[in-house]
Amino acid sequence: MALTKEQIAKRIAQELQDGFYVNLGIGIPTLVANYIPEGVDVVLQSENGLLGMGPFPYEGEEDPDLINAGKQTVTTIPGSAFFDSAMSFGMIRAGKVDLTVLGAMEVADNGDIANWKIPKKLVKGMGGAMDLVAAAKNIIVAMQHTNPKGESKLLPKCTLPITGVHCIKKVVTDLGVFDITPEGFRCIEYAPGVTVDEIKTKTLGRLVIADDVKEMVV
Amino acid sequence: MKKVVSGADEAIHDIPSGATLMMGGFGLCGIPENCIAAIVKKGINNLTCISNNAGVDDFGIGLMLHKRQVKKMISSYVGENAEFERQLLSGELEVDLIPQGTLATRCMAAGYGMPAVWLLAGIGTEVAEGKEIRNFNGKEYLLEMAFDADFAIVKAWKGDTQGNLIFKGTARNFSPLMAMAGKVTIAEVEHLVPVGELDPNEIHVPGIYVHRIFQGKDYEKRIENRTVRKKG
Repeated sequence: MALTKEQIAKRIAQELQDGFYVNLGIGIPTLVANYIPEGVDVVLQSENGLLGMGPFPYEGEEDPDLINAGKQTVTTIPGSAFFDSAMSFGMIRAGKVDLTVLGAMEVADNGDIANWKIPKKLVKGMGGAMDLVAAAKNIIVAMQHTNPKGESKLLPKCTLPITGVHCIKKVVTDLGVFDITPEGFRCIEYAPGVTVDEIKTKTLGRLVIADDVKEMVV
Repeated sequence: MKKVVSGADEAIHDIPSGATLMMGGFGLCGIPENCIAAIVKKGINNLTCISNNAGVDDFGIGLMLHKRQVKKMISSYVGENAEFERQLLSGELEVDLIPQGTLATRCMAAGYGMPAVWLLAGIGTEVAEGKEIRNFNGKEYLLEMAFDADFAIVKAWKGDTQGNLIFKGTARNFSPLMAMAGKVTIAEVEHLVPVGELDPNEIHVPGIYVHRIFQGKDYEKRIENRTVRKKG
């Protein structure tokens, strides 16, 4: 069985290390916050100007002056700090953020990503995604392996306008975990119940299967 | 030194049609509600708005879009506004979509008196088209120009009669940067206090950047995406 969105988030949470400053994008990446492993202390950065993002507020305790980059109401925690948008992207640009998790429409086997625009159809803008992918040291993409039409989102080359070049290090989809290497997507794990053949069929970009490929633990 | 004005109508009285405005806020968080209402009421048009977002259909800059007062938006993300998308796809509205950090830094550059900055975001993408590129330490950067805005309009939490400003929570976002960048800066505040009442250690924007300030009223502070968890 392919992974649920929650399971994709849970698998990505295994990449978190103690002391990391982490920026989580909108969608599946936001869910990663729910699965931070026991004993791992991470600080979440929200690019609208908050370090130390806490959980959603209890009903009745929402503060319109306290939101995350997805415009959801959030809370502070001990150690939280507010800052303006220039400082927020300053810390991103200066490489202070250890890990960025983003959604994507397409990822190419050279690490290019497209996630901000579908010409003549969807014009939402890039938000902070272009700044994040240009600067972050370590970027993981969380997404479905195929689009609603069943077409591969892991491609030899992005067909949509790109957000950043050669920047993605790892992709976690509902089918498996893939490192971006000079040889293309390197499958290191497959989801429980998913076969390597299925992954091969549904991956258009260059794909190599790691010798020690194993079933994902989620 | 008289910076205090009676309200939004007086604060915006000399904004002409065709002006370039910076407007603070992230989504609906920290937007200058009073000034937006006054601009909508007065019907100034042909405006260029530099603002991270374009509001929603019936609030924020969305209200100005609805009355076709905006000629051009310079934003990073406009996904929450169907009217915006309609005007854009039909060609009625010009839009310049730029990376959020670039937007913030181009505001900052203006407030710091820097004509341009070298930024990484957008290298290799359509954002880079037509821009000067230079290599520093083995990496390519884009030359991005400081914004040139006639007016900056922000909402602060507290302000004093000399124009010193303090922001609250994530309502800070672009507002201090824009406040520093406007040729004329207008601040509406939730709490206007006499000079001397704010702790100098806590000022986010010194009054030198602020030309007009007023006590705002009737703040709705609409929440765009109310998300809560259950108790227990």
